[in-house]
Amino acid sequence: MSIDRFLSDVERPLAPLPGHFSRGRLERVLRRGEFAVTTELNPPDSANPNDVYDRAAIFEGWVDGINAVDASGANCHMSSVGICALLTRMGYAPILQIACRDKNRIAIQGDILGAAAMGVANIMCLTGDGVQAGDQPGAKPVFDLDCMSLLNTARSMRDNGKFLSGRKLTTPPEVFLGAAINPFAPPYDFRPLRLKKKIEAGAQFVQSQYCFDVPMFAEYMKRVRDMGLHEQCFILCGVGPLASAKTARWIRSNVPGIHIPDAIISRLEGAQDQKKEGKQICIDIINEVKEIDGVHGVHVMAYRQEEYVAEIVAESGVLKGRKPWHRELAPDAERIIERHEAVDKPLTPQQIIDEVVH
Amino acid sequence: MSDTPTKETAPKLTQAAIVRAKAPKTAFKPADVSPSRRQRSYSIRLWSVRNARFLEGFYKRFAGLFLTLHPFWNWIGYGRAERPVTFVERQVKGLMFDCRMCGQCVLSSTGMSCPMNCPKQLRNGPCGGVRANGNCEVEPDMPCVWVQAWAGSQRMRDNEAILKVQKPVDQSLRETSSWLRVTAQAAAEREASKEEAA
Repeated sequence: MSIDRFLSDVERPLAPLPGHFSRGRLERVLRRGEFAVTTELNPPDSANPNDVYDRAAIFEGWVDGINAVDASGANCHMSSVGICALLTRMGYAPILQIACRDKNRIAIQGDILGAAAMGVANIMCLTGDGVQAGDQPGAKPVFDLDCMSLLNTARSMRDNGKFLSGRKLTTPPEVFLGAAINPFAPPYDFRPLRLKKKIEAGAQFVQSQYCFDVPMFAEYMKRVRDMGLHEQCFILCGVGPLASAKTARWIRSNVPGIHIPDAIISRLEGAQDQKKEGKQICIDIINEVKEIDGVHGVHVMAYRQEEYVAEIVAESGVLKGRKPWHRELAPDAERIIERHEAVDKPLTPQQIIDEVVH
Repeated sequence: MSDTPTKETAPKLTQAAIVRAKAPKTAFKPADVSPSRRQRSYSIRLWSVRNARFLEGFYKRFAGLFLTLHPFWNWIGYGRAERPVTFVERQVKGLMFDCRMCGQCVLSSTGMSCPMNCPKQLRNGPCGGVRANGNCEVEPDMPCVWVQAWAGSQRMRDNEAILKVQKPVDQSLRETSSWLRVTAQAAAEREASKEEAA
């Protein structure tokens, strides 16, 4: 008898709260003013649900939300809707990423409804990488919507209960809307204004690209605070461990949009154990960004180093002793398990009659 | 972030690149550049962005002229005028902005840099992949359309227009004249306000 069957109501949505747009835990944590931690699940190249469960289990009790990426880097993997369907079955709080690269507005609006029906409370609206970046560069790039019009569409589905066409929904999706920011790419002056635009389009939380240059991020946050944007939207800073100086160099020259200063690379090179140093750099960056006014959480992206997420979160102490949601047994589960064991015992008809009679 | 850095995002040899590398120098190489790059050149496009302020004023007068011609368009019929005007619009805007004839021009809100030239056809600002030198992530030799747009918008009188959230492209308007539609809409509005006043 699997213990999973006796978990306390994992699939039931939370009761609606005033001022909340979704019934998910991520929005509650953020609105309570806690420092939130989210992470990213490396999507499997398989049709086995256990691959998703195993990859999610290592985050349990350490994060408030798990991003289900939508073919990141234009590489084909299990779909984000599929991953979210599995994660909600287990009670996790997934953040559904939707990239505009692969689907047109018809498919996207359908996915939003389907995901919300499965209990997905958070949706992250992205443009997505170009197809040339992935494993199938011959694919047709769709880009029917862009992240901004996608945000707008999702918001009007939620708030006005209407499709983009104006047709009515019988039950609108209750979702908390997110977007991405990248303060580390030109045009730098425009980046804070772009965040403002995203908030106007409907973004309620944002996750940033990898932050390795804290002064640059602080500068960006200063302009964000000057415009008062940190009060209109929850800002989560993206962080992650670098595996080695070689990887860092490779990322810097091959992955557009990620800015790694020389100081980080020389610090990695000088270390005995580069992997450990990469983790330490990540912890140091978390400790610096959490002090920046207007930062409401961190988004830990540890691609192929997912096992470090728990350590990074624990060692940086950002949770301040708080224990994010994890699966636990229902109060009377133990008694039910005992009873089941009793029932499972093979009894002969004579024994059953004996038990009833005596 | 969907833009997770991965080893998998390494620039791989595309089918086009393999064909190109294997073929002798004199051979016909249809896939010499990516499809979006193949259709474009950008020297005049960059000039237009540099002169965004002048073009903004010019377009304003031009749109006014088109609107005064409204009785004339009405007389020939907007439907009949559509084809020749679309032809002229395609040639002029194609030369100046590498126009893609989306039929819903937003050049005035994008610093005179046509957003349809962005490989992702973004209409609301740059993606997160802009290279440090200000070039495109997808087309490494092309200056990012939105870096240009931001620069162009700052030269214009109405430098706030770029901050407006644009609606998704209506694909059913492709290959139609946006000059005529803007004129027809402005004329309809003018008449409506006249009726209100009366």
